[in-house]
Amino acid sequence: MRYTFGGDEHLFVEVDEAMSLEAFFRSLSITNAVRDSRIRGVTEICPANASFQIKFDPDVIAPGDLLKELKSLEGAGAGGAELKTRIIEMPVFYDDPWTRETLMRFRERHQDPEATDLEYTARINGYPDVTSLIAAHSGSPWFVSMVGFVAGLPFLTQMVERDKQIQAPKYLRPRTDTPKLTVGHGGCFGAIYSVRGAGGYQMFGITPMPIYDPTQTISYLREFMILFRPGDIVKFRPVGRDAYDAAVEEVEAGRFTPLIREVDFSLSAFQADPTGTNAALLEELHG
Amino acid sequence: MAEAASMIEIVKPGLSTTVQDLGRPGYYHLGIPLSGAMDRKSLIAANLLVGNKEGAAGLEAVFLGPEIRFHADATVAVTGAEMPPKVDGVERPGWTALAVRAGQVLSFGFLKAGARAYIAVSGGIDVPVVLGSRATYALGALGGHEGRALKAGDRLAFGPAGPPVGEGRSLHTDLRRKAEPVLRMLPGLYDHRVTEEAAERFLAETWKVAPEADRIGYRFRGGHALDFVPREPPFGAGSDPSNIVDSCYPYGSIQVPGGTEPIVLHRDAVSGGGYFMIGTVIAADMDLIGQLQPHQPVHFARTDMAGALAARAENAGRLARIRDALA
Repeated sequence: MRYTFGGDEHLFVEVDEAMSLEAFFRSLSITNAVRDSRIRGVTEICPANASFQIKFDPDVIAPGDLLKELKSLEGAGAGGAELKTRIIEMPVFYDDPWTRETLMRFRERHQDPEATDLEYTARINGYPDVTSLIAAHSGSPWFVSMVGFVAGLPFLTQMVERDKQIQAPKYLRPRTDTPKLTVGHGGCFGAIYSVRGAGGYQMFGITPMPIYDPTQTISYLREFMILFRPGDIVKFRPVGRDAYDAAVEEVEAGRFTPLIREVDFSLSAFQADPTGTNAALLEELHG
Repeated sequence: MAEAASMIEIVKPGLSTTVQDLGRPGYYHLGIPLSGAMDRKSLIAANLLVGNKEGAAGLEAVFLGPEIRFHADATVAVTGAEMPPKVDGVERPGWTALAVRAGQVLSFGFLKAGARAYIAVSGGIDVPVVLGSRATYALGALGGHEGRALKAGDRLAFGPAGPPVGEGRSLHTDLRRKAEPVLRMLPGLYDHRVTEEAAERFLAETWKVAPEADRIGYRFRGGHALDFVPREPPFGAGSDPSNIVDSCYPYGSIQVPGGTEPIVLHRDAVSGGGYFMIGTVIAADMDLIGQLQPHQPVHFARTDMAGALAARAENAGRLARIRDALA
């Protein structure tokens, strides 16, 4: 654990320099413990992939005292991680016309201007073609290991062994445009762009399912405008143009209901048998 | 039927004018930043001048002021940047309570110093409260007026006003915005990624505000590229030496993508990402950033936690004097 202050109002804690589900679970457990301990002066608790950040009011708690409190909670992240969470299915129209049009517009900012983002990522990850990359991307579930960058954007960690995780560099220079609801990939992380805007991740496809709605009119975002929380599990389901269009129409008509199931997750069970754990999760999703 | 509420109408929006209050804490863990006035002390002073609570919503206008028609009488104060207010074309003093009558138009002369003017209207701008605040977060289309910067033709409700204040009431020059070309920063976060020489040179150099400077962050250019300490990239970070495994970004944190142009995140900060940060501008100096113009030269100066807390206390003292003066 590395503790460092971000100015006079933030304590930043790096659990590990490298990404792993273990580091994410420690970060999540400690931030939950911080929330439960209701330390005076703590104003924001932000878990991230392999680190976390506590915003505090130094007029209420001295930085040194907060540091001591945090160090006393280090142990909270050491035990076996059990999580009551949700698995959420997201339809994805891979290689869709909108992200394709966008990636063609920014080709000079890409590592491989001759290929699409999917073709490039397939090649550098050793997949024979785009179809096999899509099969790997949609074949196993992903953990929401951080929510942020912009409102409601999930960072996703693929629930497979490290050597099977898809990896891709970010664009050489970030794009100034990314379609809303683009499913992207950068480093080892997946992401779903909650709003239209700048971005540097490789673009794989688009989902018809909104994940952020500041107007709170979409049926499943009425209670809260943001869908994802750290610890949620996501499963992508490839769909074609017709199913995509139908889903968009259902969302607009207020008839779209996402497939969401409550599940229990155990990190140690997953580590012992990732394939079996994932199969059981998918059975709960579709069972 | 009479108009239900007192209204202002945006005749010309200026460059980018948004409704802002003191922000929306509590949702940074979901990527929704604080938002609110970039120069908080100036908004507070404007509100107190017109008799509002200090956190009432006002307008923040950057570089070029708006033109606003009042459909009801109001008391108005303009603080922050030196951008002379005019009522029906007649120049009026800044940092002063001004009476504006129904039908009159508030407009602005050219910017002389600073970057952001704050316009308080008696009773405050009444847009819907979203997640506890009226502040505009334009990137997320949230809060303010329809989640965006104002456009010509927009009508905003204000009021009702509190107890009337004396017209002409003014804040003493000593208590107004101070222009300081030095931003104090606490080293830390991922500063071990760069060499000691690079970190020293970063502090010694003159940086200039880049044109890409907005509510999300201020970019600076003109200094040398930073030299990185060689490493084997950690899994998931990416291969560029400035990459880290995507983490949270503190407000005021100074990231340097590719090691070339530092960006200081401000009130509409992106909440996290994959670029290393060399340190954090202390909270007491955040207001200053909101008043920097493009091409303006600045320095970063190193401080420690004791220095940051002393500056914080000094800032609080200054705010207390503003409150006393306008009580």
